[in-house]
Amino acid sequence: MTPLVTVTGPALSLPDADVDTDIIYPARFLLITEKKGLGRYAFHDRRDAPGFPLAPGIDQAPPVLVAGPNFGCGSSREQAPWALAGLGIRVIIAESFGEIFFSNCFKNGQLPIRLDVATVERLHAAAGAGLPFAIDLEARTLTVGNDAPILFTVDDGRREALLNGWNDISRIRALHGADIARFEQAQQQAAPWLWTKG
Amino acid sequence: MTMARTLYDKLWDAHVVAEGADGQTLLYVDRHLLHEVSTPQSFELLREDGLPVHRPATQLAVADHSVPTHDRDQPIADPQAAAQVALLEANCAQFGIEYLALDGPGQGIVHVIGPEQGFTLPGISFVCGDSHSATHGAFGTLAFGIGASECGIVMAAQALWQVKAKRMRVTFTGALQPGVTAKDMALAMIGQIGASGAVGYAIEFAGEAVRALSMEGRMTLCNMAIEAGSRTGLVAPDETTFAYLKGRPRVPQGADWDAALAYWRTLPSDTDASFDTEVTIAADAIAPHVTFGTSPDQVLPVTAAVPQGEAKLAKALAYMDLQPGEAMDGLAIDHAFIGSCTNGRIEDLRAAAAIASRGHVAAGVRALVVPGSGAVKRQAEAEGLDRIFIDAGFEWRDPGCSLCVAMNDDRLPAGARCASTSNRNFEGRQGAGARTHLMSPAMVAAAAIMGRIVDVRTMA
Repeated sequence: MTPLVTVTGPALSLPDADVDTDIIYPARFLLITEKKGLGRYAFHDRRDAPGFPLAPGIDQAPPVLVAGPNFGCGSSREQAPWALAGLGIRVIIAESFGEIFFSNCFKNGQLPIRLDVATVERLHAAAGAGLPFAIDLEARTLTVGNDAPILFTVDDGRREALLNGWNDISRIRALHGADIARFEQAQQQAAPWLWTKG
Repeated sequence: MTMARTLYDKLWDAHVVAEGADGQTLLYVDRHLLHEVSTPQSFELLREDGLPVHRPATQLAVADHSVPTHDRDQPIADPQAAAQVALLEANCAQFGIEYLALDGPGQGIVHVIGPEQGFTLPGISFVCGDSHSATHGAFGTLAFGIGASECGIVMAAQALWQVKAKRMRVTFTGALQPGVTAKDMALAMIGQIGASGAVGYAIEFAGEAVRALSMEGRMTLCNMAIEAGSRTGLVAPDETTFAYLKGRPRVPQGADWDAALAYWRTLPSDTDASFDTEVTIAADAIAPHVTFGTSPDQVLPVTAAVPQGEAKLAKALAYMDLQPGEAMDGLAIDHAFIGSCTNGRIEDLRAAAAIASRGHVAAGVRALVVPGSGAVKRQAEAEGLDRIFIDAGFEWRDPGCSLCVAMNDDRLPAGARCASTSNRNFEGRQGAGARTHLMSPAMVAAAAIMGRIVDVRTMA
């Protein structure tokens, strides 16, 4: 996973509420079994809409996305964050997120940031005005233009993994292999029916 | 004296492997159900690290999303879909995971076959790379949807870092009126709390109307918990649960059954356990519900009209081609879909057939019935439901996700208006530009026959 330490650049504003993962990545493209090169399918069916900030065929966007509430709700499809990653989006800011989408982002070196509604509204305006956004994950700050930095929260474990580009599978196996073995031993005693193939 | 705990607390506590420093918990996963769409990249993660599957016996795979629901004795015509299904089969063979073949008796939608196979059990933790994994919570199972990367983690390590949700109890008081179903309960709840109303919560469904539901009804209710933002929906296991499970394949037998049953009886929330949020809904006041917009919370009783003066709905109404003030009852449809992991079970088909037997699909309407699994299909045929549907002008299909997700052959054209038993009315969900109205199986059957949305209670 590519580490995420600082991200700097303009932001894309997409203020609609409840933008579900079907909108981010339409179902018919789920037949593709790769995870790279999906940027051109991101928001595929929305791109013709008047005022939509990405034209059809474009596969490059600013590194920051300012979104509306409940962004990424709906289907668990990880193609949604993969498609956004394909556009070059590393940081997504919204008042709230679909939970599976939120979790999927961290698995792909992307940072979803939850901020209050008033702040997100200001950020939409700043994005629309083309102001530069600067995210510093070490300091947990977001700085827009010349404004004072905004502090955001992120779980320590997830922050550390993003900063270092750590892969969950090897981390869990290396650090908790013994814990898992211990759990399994106890469960075989307590719930043996889960250990006989029925 | 231990603290009073909810069902969710008990399920969570029983699966803690390790606690992280920051509120994250490493949670053990007992069962993983795989399908063709969310796992190609998960297997790649294992290959990249040269890892085996940690406990292949806890994994079960089936193809459902991209499969055609017709001509199943032929090879899959769409080359991309054919390759995706073949890849799942090959991956399972390589990693030692049981795969239920497309032409075998066990095939069906993941969330229909899990319970049917007894792969879903009370008290276990259960994941699948599909947001509707909440369905399995109907058994008192800690079940939640995950992404493809997490599927890979579960295969390789059998554990996932998770954040514990807050507890929400949704209590349905009183008894449902005739013609009103679990689907209407789910839609009424989503309408009340909103599409993000349960983000960060695990919902436990309780109350007289929930206890009275069959397992099929409870699965419908839990299935749609995600449409309110919750990854988890739960119903405490009881005699209805145990009667459904007893004797199914993969369910413990003999002394194991007795031991499991004794444990399962300890799972319901303690009477003095407290919830972070309580929601109460009068079940006896719920009318059949219909969605009018492009989010499941844009929903109304069928007797109501599209809301007036709500500017935030303008975009959804433009997509749906509806006007504020327009009545839902009487709105013409041209497609009808009965099926999906929400409403593709035998009880759903019985309810739809009871209405279908009274008439014929209206001129200009195309109506599909897609059983949720091979077992559901065989059961329906044994009961003669297929004849009722076919005689009434419905198409009788093979099992799959079909028109719920439109990544298979079943897709609607732009502008089509569909009465659907599925779970999502998102833009483009049933095909680019297609318009979806969610409702119960009986309501869809009634709409198919009348050619317009009607209150099924008026057809009694």
